[in-house]
Amino acid sequence: MALKTEPMVEQLELMGCIQCGKCTGGCPVARKTTLNIRSLIYNMLVEPELDVNAHPELWDCTCCFTCVERCPKDVRPAELVIGLRGQLVESGHIPDTIGAALTGIFRQGNPTGIAREDRMGWANGTQIKAAQEGCEVLLHVCCTPAYDPRVQVVPRALVKAFTAAGLDFGTLGTDESCCGNEVRRMGESGLFEMLVEENGELIRSVGAGRLVTVSPHCFNTFKNEYSLSGGAGEQGSGRAGEQGGRGAMEVLHYTQLMAELVEQGRLKFSNEVKKTVTYHDPCFLGKQNHIFDEPRAVLKAIPGLKLVEMDRNRERSLCCEGGGGRMWAEGTNLQERLAFQRVREAAETGAEVLAVACPFCLLTLEDAVKVQGLDEKLRVMDIMELVDLAL
Amino acid sequence: MDLSKPAALIIGGGIAGIQAALDIADAGFPVYLVEREPSVGGRMAQLDKTFPTLDCSACILTPKMVDVGRHPNIELMTYSEVVSVAPPPEGNGKRGMFRVQVRKAPRYVDVNKCTGCGSCAAACRMKGRVLSKFDEGIAKRSAIYVPFPQAVPLKYTVDPTVCLFLTRGTCGKTFLCKDACPAGAIDFEQQEEIVDLEVGAIVVATGFDLLDPRLKPEFGYGVYPEVMTGIEFERLSSASGPTMGKVVVNGKEPKDVVFIKCVGSRERQRRREQAALGEQAALGEQAALGGVPYCSRVCCMYTAKHAHLVRDKLPDARVTIFYMDVRAFGKGYEEFYDRVKHEHVLYRRGEPSEVYRRGDKLVVQAEDTMLGKPVEVEADLVVLATAITPRTDMPQVSALLGLERSPDGFFQEAHPKLRPVDSLVDGVFLAGCCQGPKDIPDTVAHAKAAASSALRVLVQQTRENS
Amino acid sequence: MEAQPRIGVYICHCGVNIAATVDVEQVAEFAAALPGVVVARNYLYMCSDPGQGLIQQDIEEHGLNRVVVASCSPRMHEPTFRGAAQQVGLNPYLVEMANIREQCSWVHGDRAQATEKAKALVASTVAKAFRLEPLEEREVGVVPGAVVVGGGVAGMVAALDVADTGFPVYLVEQSDHLGGRVAELNRTFPTLEPVVELLKPLVERVQNHPNITVLLNAQLTGVEGYVGNFKVEVSSPSSSTPSSSTFDVGSIIVATGYDVFDARRKPELGYGQYPNVITSLELERRLLERSLAVDGHTPKSVAFIQCVGSRDVQVGNPYCSRVCCMYTAKQSRLVRELLPEAHVTVFFMDVRTFGKGAEEFYDEAREKGVLYRRGNISEIYRRGERVVLVGEDTLQGRPIELEADLVVLAVGMEARSDVADLSTLLKLPRSSDGFFLELHPKLRPVDTAVSGVFLAGCCQGPKDITDTVAQAKAAASSALIPLIRGTVPAESATAVVEPELCAGCGMCVEVCPFGAPALDPLWGVSRINYVLCKGCGTCAVTCPSKAIRLQHFTASQILAQIDALAV
Repeated sequence: MALKTEPMVEQLELMGCIQCGKCTGGCPVARKTTLNIRSLIYNMLVEPELDVNAHPELWDCTCCFTCVERCPKDVRPAELVIGLRGQLVESGHIPDTIGAALTGIFRQGNPTGIAREDRMGWANGTQIKAAQEGCEVLLHVCCTPAYDPRVQVVPRALVKAFTAAGLDFGTLGTDESCCGNEVRRMGESGLFEMLVEENGELIRSVGAGRLVTVSPHCFNTFKNEYSLSGGAGEQGSGRAGEQGGRGAMEVLHYTQLMAELVEQGRLKFSNEVKKTVTYHDPCFLGKQNHIFDEPRAVLKAIPGLKLVEMDRNRERSLCCEGGGGRMWAEGTNLQERLAFQRVREAAETGAEVLAVACPFCLLTLEDAVKVQGLDEKLRVMDIMELVDLAL
Repeated sequence: MDLSKPAALIIGGGIAGIQAALDIADAGFPVYLVEREPSVGGRMAQLDKTFPTLDCSACILTPKMVDVGRHPNIELMTYSEVVSVAPPPEGNGKRGMFRVQVRKAPRYVDVNKCTGCGSCAAACRMKGRVLSKFDEGIAKRSAIYVPFPQAVPLKYTVDPTVCLFLTRGTCGKTFLCKDACPAGAIDFEQQEEIVDLEVGAIVVATGFDLLDPRLKPEFGYGVYPEVMTGIEFERLSSASGPTMGKVVVNGKEPKDVVFIKCVGSRERQRRREQAALGEQAALGEQAALGGVPYCSRVCCMYTAKHAHLVRDKLPDARVTIFYMDVRAFGKGYEEFYDRVKHEHVLYRRGEPSEVYRRGDKLVVQAEDTMLGKPVEVEADLVVLATAITPRTDMPQVSALLGLERSPDGFFQEAHPKLRPVDSLVDGVFLAGCCQGPKDIPDTVAHAKAAASSALRVLVQQTRENS
Repeated sequence: MEAQPRIGVYICHCGVNIAATVDVEQVAEFAAALPGVVVARNYLYMCSDPGQGLIQQDIEEHGLNRVVVASCSPRMHEPTFRGAAQQVGLNPYLVEMANIREQCSWVHGDRAQATEKAKALVASTVAKAFRLEPLEEREVGVVPGAVVVGGGVAGMVAALDVADTGFPVYLVEQSDHLGGRVAELNRTFPTLEPVVELLKPLVERVQNHPNITVLLNAQLTGVEGYVGNFKVEVSSPSSSTPSSSTFDVGSIIVATGYDVFDARRKPELGYGQYPNVITSLELERRLLERSLAVDGHTPKSVAFIQCVGSRDVQVGNPYCSRVCCMYTAKQSRLVRELLPEAHVTVFFMDVRTFGKGAEEFYDEAREKGVLYRRGNISEIYRRGERVVLVGEDTLQGRPIELEADLVVLAVGMEARSDVADLSTLLKLPRSSDGFFLELHPKLRPVDTAVSGVFLAGCCQGPKDITDTVAQAKAAASSALIPLIRGTVPAESATAVVEPELCAGCGMCVEVCPFGAPALDPLWGVSRINYVLCKGCGTCAVTCPSKAIRLQHFTASQILAQIDALAV
């Protein structure tokens, strides 16, 4: 389908691009696929039309936003990928698995498509306060932690930690829906806007001072694309600027809150966890939101834990390839997932545990460990699993 | 002018010469500013807007021109040339003054009577038939003329190369110009005047020329009317220019405009021929071979500015700039480049190879090195950023003053890092583009630097004489 | 003025700039009927010689004693018209301008409306002209001498020019040596001469110059006064016995240089993490010492990365640092010479080799085997003892990884971090890139908004040695003008206190940004120093007793202007 390039060039202000190549240069998947974002931008600039269907490699982008972070002219190249995906979504040219995920989110509020009523299954019967009754901290569990058995241990551990710290917290229970971070990045802007509106209303109605998420993906969108923190959504969300004050919330990832609780002494770690641990910075937490130190502070506070760093850490952390819809699609790129390289890098440090702070990282990295037969050497654990051992 | 103080001679009345003159005169020394054309202003007067501020060039220049025209310490000698310079005699360890002869060419107009009213030009038999050099041949004027309306001094001059009387001995039955002049200022008996001056310091500010684009026939200049040079575009774009600022080509507003940079600059393919010409002869004559090895420094910025002007005046036009590098190095330049790109000027990397016609359009052929393939871009207007070259009369000026030239043909400074304005001749200083291509801010700084050097000499001489 | 005002009004066409939108003839006709107007004309270019001649002729023939020129902004030609009037004996402050270009013809499209507005503007200005008074033109003596702040190349060159012309110069340098940043370099482009050969004679000349007093380990700690009469306090805070001295000078030249971009602000490039990654300045030192080994190994592959900290919105430096393309060409060449077996690659976005001999220099670098690859490196990570540069070769159109033993980051220039103090001290504004702001980017590159204070070198913006020297000499020229003349003109349109009305409350003293008013200790009334006063009017509007009159903008003049507009 031939897209007229001018409107999108105009809307995304692609003209600022000087073709320096830093975007493609730093793109983690550029090495494995034909996706060349610089070249795509250039083609948008010089050609009057672009045949979007001829670029299935658009589904290879993980939306790690390395390109956005590094572009010297602030062109935000990944937004072009998202914009072009939007065109593909509109014309129905999307991988089936992505379509299914979107449908699930639409119908059941989560990409697995499992019934909304089962959303609190992770709590294992533990009574958790309904946030609608009012609470200080609203915990957003997120879809994958809610439904995926491997990841459910993370919100359980959080509940345990929050309770121990005496926090007044609650969840939206089965009213909670997908935050929409991946939805926007898969190009379904219509569904995303709907989620922002509905979720936003619901969250604000709770009146909590703080919103804490399990996943960095939810954290990213709530912080930057919803208008919860009192400012206008930065990345072109449905809302125009809403002033702070009424309904202004502080949006945090759980590692930030945990680091705070540890620092304030509200959490006591009584058990030793004698392991050598290396930490993988998730793209949506580290690269995009510059939160590097808090997760490390939590880990370092665990008695007996030895933290070692991978060479490619912090701003250069290698994307696990879980973002941008990649949890639900293989894209055109059937080569080895970057997660495989990443766990090898982790193993090289001599660590026994590869600590993560994101449900997607947890799943993709663990999968990579299993497939490469590294289970004896390396175990992938969420930070909260380690905290749980220490509490 | 207080002639008890030693004077300075400034050769060239462009912005460089004007700035140097003003600095020296403001410090209290008498200055002779000699300019070959009938008015000061030089190249800057030809420009439309200047980068990156988009100030109107005439607006920022004319106050300085006016200053120079009325400064109590400056004697403005326009339509004049320096014909000889005798080096100062040495004696008692002191250096004396340069003895200079200036030839004031006859305007055939008495400047004391002329009010600049323009009736003569309106009446002239050659009206509308003489190509105007100031307007780069885009407009026509009369045989009696002022180069541009804000000329300083605003006095008319008869062009002896086209005036019917001066070339053929007769202009019909009567001099139409004389008849029209209410002040009786026209005087064909006027003779040239040789003026003898003694000066303590000389500043050379003779400026630059531009490469003749016909030396690059592959771009079709002179063959296709839609191909023009950057300076011609300045005149077209100028509100006081021949089209009142309307960008019109072949009677139509162009829909596709293509700018080609580095036309003649950064070229080495004629090295062997240059070497064969012999070193001395090669200086400045490189330009005659159609290419110079150096960068002309200002074209990247003025092309960005031109593109901006086109987008401003013709919002529907598509504008493309072909480039090798974008040299936006000065204060505010990179930001200006960013701005121009956001105004939908498309930068395509690749130096075009040729321009040819296809129907009623031109086609610019290049490789787009970002796409990695050849492209053809249609154009209604092609603007060539031609190389800045040393003036063709460099050998004569060199000989006049004993100046050396660098391998690129411009005047040689005493040391490329630490002495950018001192020539190799004591007491003679260089200002502006005659020493190498520069933009206006760098030219002004350079000219002030030359003034500083000159002031030192003049103050010293004042002390010695007292 | 006792005589009746006889006002001449001149409406300028400014070619088509005004005349195309405003009916200038109509405006002139309208002006002719205004009170006090004796002559009203319209003309093509009032600023031209004949245009001014018109005014002068009318002054003489019609006995005009006020002139109104309706044309462009006074910023363009106010001095021109004032000068023209002055030449025929009319006080220049009896000339007023109405801006019917920038404030009328250039911003409105409707001819009828623009013409009406022009008429209103002219009526208003004529009303003011009616009430104008002649003002005295005053000059102030200049103390012969200059202070130069900064002992790098810029400061030294400026100091030498001023000192060579015979004036005393106090050269204030913060560190313990002269030479600034250039002293840290190995060789300069394009001549490749050793810096020490360049600097040594310069430093020696400065140190031995009878007119230059060098103050090392010293800083500017106080500045009072005004152009021609600055009192500059210089202190040596770091020495064991802190001392301070005061100097009286006529001009001040600021040559404080720049800071180097801290490459740690680009953590993805691994500077500070890997010993293989160094900055260009660090390479200069190594080139001086001729030791390029990394961890004892001779590099086989050396890579240069351009634009580190420049042309980069992510670190807040959108500007170009101007010198890095040339110094990288220089360094890469020298590396090739030292390590003929090594692969040397330069990663660039554009190659900005624009100066005299620069393009030829770049050509030679490539001829010597330096490979230029177009692509801005995105990140660097370790592989064994080497590092890997991750980027895209945009000309090949594909991502690349290049292994290197030594990576040199071409770090850019930034405004000095400690420059805020100097900025406050001297009231010097800064441009958006943080460097000091010059008075006009095209035509006044070394002058500042503060009379008598001039800029030299990189403190105004990145530049190489050649352009620094030219600019330093330019600053010297500007600084020398008042010194050589011996006087400077003082602002005429200053504020004046009516002592009988002054209650001595001191509010004017508090609000004045220039320190011009002061309470007379004996009489208890305020007096305004006309040399310090800039005529801003803040005191006049603050005074609760209405005791202060701002000349040339008096209450009666302004009210008359407003009344004329309201009609």
